[in-house]
Amino acid sequence: MSSDTVAGLGARLRRGETDPAELAGRARGALESIADLHPVLRYTDDLAERQARRAARMLAESPATAGPLCGIPFAYKDVLCVEGVETSAGSKILQGFIPPYTGTALGRLLDAGAVPVAVTNCDEFAMGSSNENSAYGPVGNPWDGSRVPGGSSGGSAAVVAAGAVPFSLGTDTGGSIRQPASFCGVAGFKPTYGRVSRYGLIAFASSLDQIGPFARSVDDVASVFTAIAGHDPRDSTSSPTAVEPVGEQLGKGVAGLRLGIPREYMAEGLEPGVLSAVQAAFALLEKLGATLEEVSLPSTEAALSTYYIIAPAECSANLARMDGVRFGLHIDRPSLTDTYLETRGQGFGPEVKRRIMLGTYALSSGYYDAYYRQAQKVRTLIAEEFDRAFEKVDALVCPTSPIVAFPKGAKSDPLSMYLCDVLTLPVNLAGLPGISVPCGLSEGLPVGLQVIGPRLQDARVLRVARAYEQATAWHTQTAPPRAGAGRLA
Amino acid sequence: MTLERDQVVHVAMLARLGLGEADVERYREQLDAILSHVDRLQQVDTSQVAETAQVGGLVNAWREDERRECLPVEAALANAPHRRRDHFEVGAIQE
Repeated sequence: MSSDTVAGLGARLRRGETDPAELAGRARGALESIADLHPVLRYTDDLAERQARRAARMLAESPATAGPLCGIPFAYKDVLCVEGVETSAGSKILQGFIPPYTGTALGRLLDAGAVPVAVTNCDEFAMGSSNENSAYGPVGNPWDGSRVPGGSSGGSAAVVAAGAVPFSLGTDTGGSIRQPASFCGVAGFKPTYGRVSRYGLIAFASSLDQIGPFARSVDDVASVFTAIAGHDPRDSTSSPTAVEPVGEQLGKGVAGLRLGIPREYMAEGLEPGVLSAVQAAFALLEKLGATLEEVSLPSTEAALSTYYIIAPAECSANLARMDGVRFGLHIDRPSLTDTYLETRGQGFGPEVKRRIMLGTYALSSGYYDAYYRQAQKVRTLIAEEFDRAFEKVDALVCPTSPIVAFPKGAKSDPLSMYLCDVLTLPVNLAGLPGISVPCGLSEGLPVGLQVIGPRLQDARVLRVARAYEQATAWHTQTAPPRAGAGRLA
Repeated sequence: MTLERDQVVHVAMLARLGLGEADVERYREQLDAILSHVDRLQQVDTSQVAETAQVGGLVNAWREDERRECLPVEAALANAPHRRRDHFEVGAIQE
């Protein structure tokens, strides 16, 4: 058990070798030491102090019932609301916004005694695949500071990869947890749509958004998932189905499982280093007793187009509330229309404007049937193809991203950036659980293996990922040491 | 298809996004490239396919219509750029 994992730190807390306040202070110091990578937008010192005291009390009063996250420091993406702590969604339009309430996922972590120490940088309103769309500047990848950490949850991936915190929360609408996990060499899990409440998450695309954890082991991911999953009456899309206990499945291995490799995901555009790393992973899974077979998801090619109609359409509706009246930036003009135009024109960055316009266009009179309605129909085909694949296999395995972390500025054309998500966004369109775990290096940069399962089979996805992880050492590899950069442990 | 400049101006107005003159042409080019790619959707035969709006498997989510705690006025107004007494203040919609 590594000393800087949730499990390892929990053991040290219970042996009395450290305490929650000390861990929070060490995490803050480690985060400050990587400030040049810019993964943190702000520190949550007051909240961290309060939570550390609460966690210390929980551990002292009832060490047996205090859960695995009690006293563990973490960071969360700048789209999750905590009462009294600024949340800006990486946008100038929400600069200074102080949420009046705490979202469910964060609230459950606080109740479990976890200690938030920082809010992480992200693409503006979670729109992007490189974290370069943040209004507050890009994030560097801990493996190579000149490269992107992926996006949109780039800061949340980077702080875990740098060893500054043992876990973090991100959100995934088209790959925004799994792709940065892949780029930064950590585990990142997008649960089934509706499995984790979105209450208190600043909405991007409501039929696709899902909150999930980053960590350095699948066991840690499972601990965080267990704490945040479950029905929430405050989110009408949250699943009322009871959460299957993950622990019962987690250690069962892959012997006897049937795993499918989607032919279309292996087809083209994979970097040679990515291809060889995932092929080695497939071979290992077979050696561990799984049966691997090829499956087909023929509508994969249409998935990107479907996503880039549906997600912008939903975002254009969700972001209409950023009107400068109730919260956020307000630029006064004599007429209300001009006030809206100026506030939104100055408050939103270019990618958010592009997507709002794309979505508005797709929903506008005369184009609705050709774009939005057609995309919703193709979405049905995509979901049905996954269903058919899962009649033959228990889970799917494939690369998370066709490429490894690219240099900042390398994808200035919006469409080439969108193509980064081609292997992750079909999973969101179908509402499935998916995880990325480290499966090798290509030219010194991490490669991610994606495991996809049927709806609500989150535990099975974690089980397959853990079986792979336990048979390899990739998850113990850390980014090369950088001058002045400290780690939590 | 080619996206016209007027369409960009129209969509930006619908979305209440103030764009500079130079921005309009840049967005026109970018959106045109994206829409040209997205147009491949039209080639998929969906004549026998129903639409999917959400994939959570839920049809309706009901709850009892009961009174419960809500945000206090001060908390709800705390982020307001302009307020008047207990209200958000907004410019006149019609003069």
